[in-house]
Amino acid sequence: MSKFPKMNYPLYIRSIPTENELKFHYTVHTSLDVVDEKISAMGKALVDQRELYLGLLYPTEDYKVYGYVTNSKVKFVMVVDSSNTALRDNEIRSMFRKLHNSYTDIMCNPFYNPGDRINSRAFDNMVNSMMMQVC
Amino acid sequence: MEQGPAGGSAAAAAAGTGGLLLPLSESEQQRYSELFSRCCPPPEAAAGGSSVGELFRASQLPADTLHQITEVCGAKRVGYFGPTQFYIALKLIAAAQSGFPVRIESIKNELPLPQFVALKNDSEVRYGTPAELHGVKFQVPHTSLEKNSYKRTDEGDKQEPKSPPMSPICSPPASPSTYQRVPLSYGYGKSRSGLEQQHGAPYEVRHTTHQPDGPSSGNYGAKPALACSTLNRSLSGEREQQDSNAHYSDDPWRITEEQRDYYINQFRSLQPDLNSFISGSVAKNFFTKSKLPIPELSHIWELSDVDCDGALTLPEFCAAFHLVVARKNGYQLPETLPETLVPEYLQAASLKPMRDCALFDSYSESLPGGQQTRDFSRTETAAEEVPDSSALLQDGKKDDKQALKVSTDLKTIPKEFQHLTVKTAAQESNTLKARPRSRSYSSTSIEDAMKKGEEPPTPPPRPQKSHSRASSLDLNKIFQQNAQAVRSGWLPPPPPALPPRPSLSQTEQVSEVELHPQMNRPPSQAEENSSAKKEVVIAQPPSKPARRKLRTETQGLETPELSPTISVTSSLPAVKPHLPVQKQSSKQKRAIQTAIRKNKEANAVLARLNSELQQQLKEVHKERIALETQLEQLRPVTVL
Repeated sequence: MSKFPKMNYPLYIRSIPTENELKFHYTVHTSLDVVDEKISAMGKALVDQRELYLGLLYPTEDYKVYGYVTNSKVKFVMVVDSSNTALRDNEIRSMFRKLHNSYTDIMCNPFYNPGDRINSRAFDNMVNSMMMQVC
Repeated sequence: MEQGPAGGSAAAAAAGTGGLLLPLSESEQQRYSELFSRCCPPPEAAAGGSSVGELFRASQLPADTLHQITEVCGAKRVGYFGPTQFYIALKLIAAAQSGFPVRIESIKNELPLPQFVALKNDSEVRYGTPAELHGVKFQVPHTSLEKNSYKRTDEGDKQEPKSPPMSPICSPPASPSTYQRVPLSYGYGKSRSGLEQQHGAPYEVRHTTHQPDGPSSGNYGAKPALACSTLNRSLSGEREQQDSNAHYSDDPWRITEEQRDYYINQFRSLQPDLNSFISGSVAKNFFTKSKLPIPELSHIWELSDVDCDGALTLPEFCAAFHLVVARKNGYQLPETLPETLVPEYLQAASLKPMRDCALFDSYSESLPGGQQTRDFSRTETAAEEVPDSSALLQDGKKDDKQALKVSTDLKTIPKEFQHLTVKTAAQESNTLKARPRSRSYSSTSIEDAMKKGEEPPTPPPRPQKSHSRASSLDLNKIFQQNAQAVRSGWLPPPPPALPPRPSLSQTEQVSEVELHPQMNRPPSQAEENSSAKKEVVIAQPPSKPARRKLRTETQGLETPELSPTISVTSSLPAVKPHLPVQKQSSKQKRAIQTAIRKNKEANAVLARLNSELQQQLKEVHKERIALETQLEQLRPVTVL
């Protein structure tokens, strides 16, 4: 999963222990285009809770990309293995909600400048625990 | 039994010196192991630095020699006095006392046992406050990190403790406390250039009040004094106290009283209302001064801002400050907040100690509507625990009516407040009294007054005198806070609308007592400040009749509104003046002197403010004139 601010550079990227991190980076970046599309399409409704992006499937492996946008245009992107069919929509939503909460907690820290990379250990722990739950 | 561990230790000593076999005779072994066990409470593997230091000083060797010994025995290298190092050190002490140079070779010879003067002082050292042992903990990693500063502080310290004679029983606890605290202050000073003088100043101020006063000044003196007396009676108490102190010394995350006071002072300098928050940006600036790297500060914030609201309450601030201090002293930051730093724990802990600032905490926590039931139960227990110092009792008698009236006037106090015992109410009224006094003495109090929106009510200034002067420590803290505020110049230039401060008008003072939050705060604060100052000026002659006069004077000032209470209280001062006067005359003298100093500083600041404001006024006048002329020029055009 990763998150991007307005300018679309990643603030935070974390992947589960499988390799191919670079591929995930690529995937995430390409998915940003789709997210932007969705945002502009939505118009009034700003908070897009989730977006199910099933379109991008590779021949060898398939995976799903989920997106989530906050009111401040910070985008969360989550890439999940399609073989992991146990993941339901609600779970994805709750994960995004947790991410959002942790993100706001980080924002409360006066030493954190919005737009910096996120180095918070608490955030890392939360993300790790979430990913462990899923995998 | 003694031989076994001693033999093992001797072998360890041999191993520790890199193959150098240290022959320890039987008597030496016995002696060393006994000394080691005295310096080293059983659960620990290493001897506490303070007791070791005390022991070394008891050997009456010059400071340089002791340094050399410490170095040679390897304690510097490893950062603590393990059995190896300790035994080698003892051997070296014996060598030095016999006149041999401090070298490893010299201890190969047959040496007499090292002589330690007034050895029973050693065991007294252990009864030092937890602050000392904390100093140990802080000092030990500090030495391993920064040898230069250790040497420097050590030399500075060893001269200091050597000068007071060791024979009086109660002074040794004072000297190790200085020994420990000055390294603390130096440690702070070295690494926090921004807050350097301020850190040194509070500790030094505490030293000067602590050492001469001995048992009479605050808790530090009280505890060693108590310890002295109890020690002489029973040895069985030793083990228990060792355990409790060991418990304290084991935990670097426990905040000591001294540290807590210091943190509270800092909090007060940032945000005079102990009840409310420090905003994120203010806290950020403050902690950035500690020169820790930003990611670490960020982590500290994450740990300490438990409710994640972007602001620090007093316990959160204490925890954050404590973490910064620990980090500065070389401790790695934990991943999660230690239990002793969790805000609930800190709130509970802050209620227990019998200090004014603790009363502040309890009062400040009782003020907001939030978690009152819990805190009230604690304040009640704290009220019972607090020993009834004479000042409190008398003030209690005098002021309980006022306090009740005050409490009823307070809009934010929930109903439970009125159920509190008289004692509790009295103490809270004391906190009320002490706090506005601190406000009046902080030099930038006017700006503070401007900023605060939800200040706690300010009681009449009169009761401040006897109570807050009773504890000189309290005033010292205020003084430090004042000095810090002056030096750091945190607050921005005063807002242009500083209201005029006419002479004391009773109505305005009374309006403070009315405690209307909608009141025009600046004039009330300014009034209170000027009135408090004036009263202190009046009270400066430390004679008893003057004090009595002051009381009646201040009582007279409050007459209009508090007529029912005055009738009660005016009878009481007649009874009281005997007791507080006799007991607190010396303290009050000192307090008065500090008050004089503070007033002078406040005067200087106010004069500056005045001149600035007058300049602004002139400029505004000029602008006004310019605008009026423009208007005049334009008007004929429109009229015509």
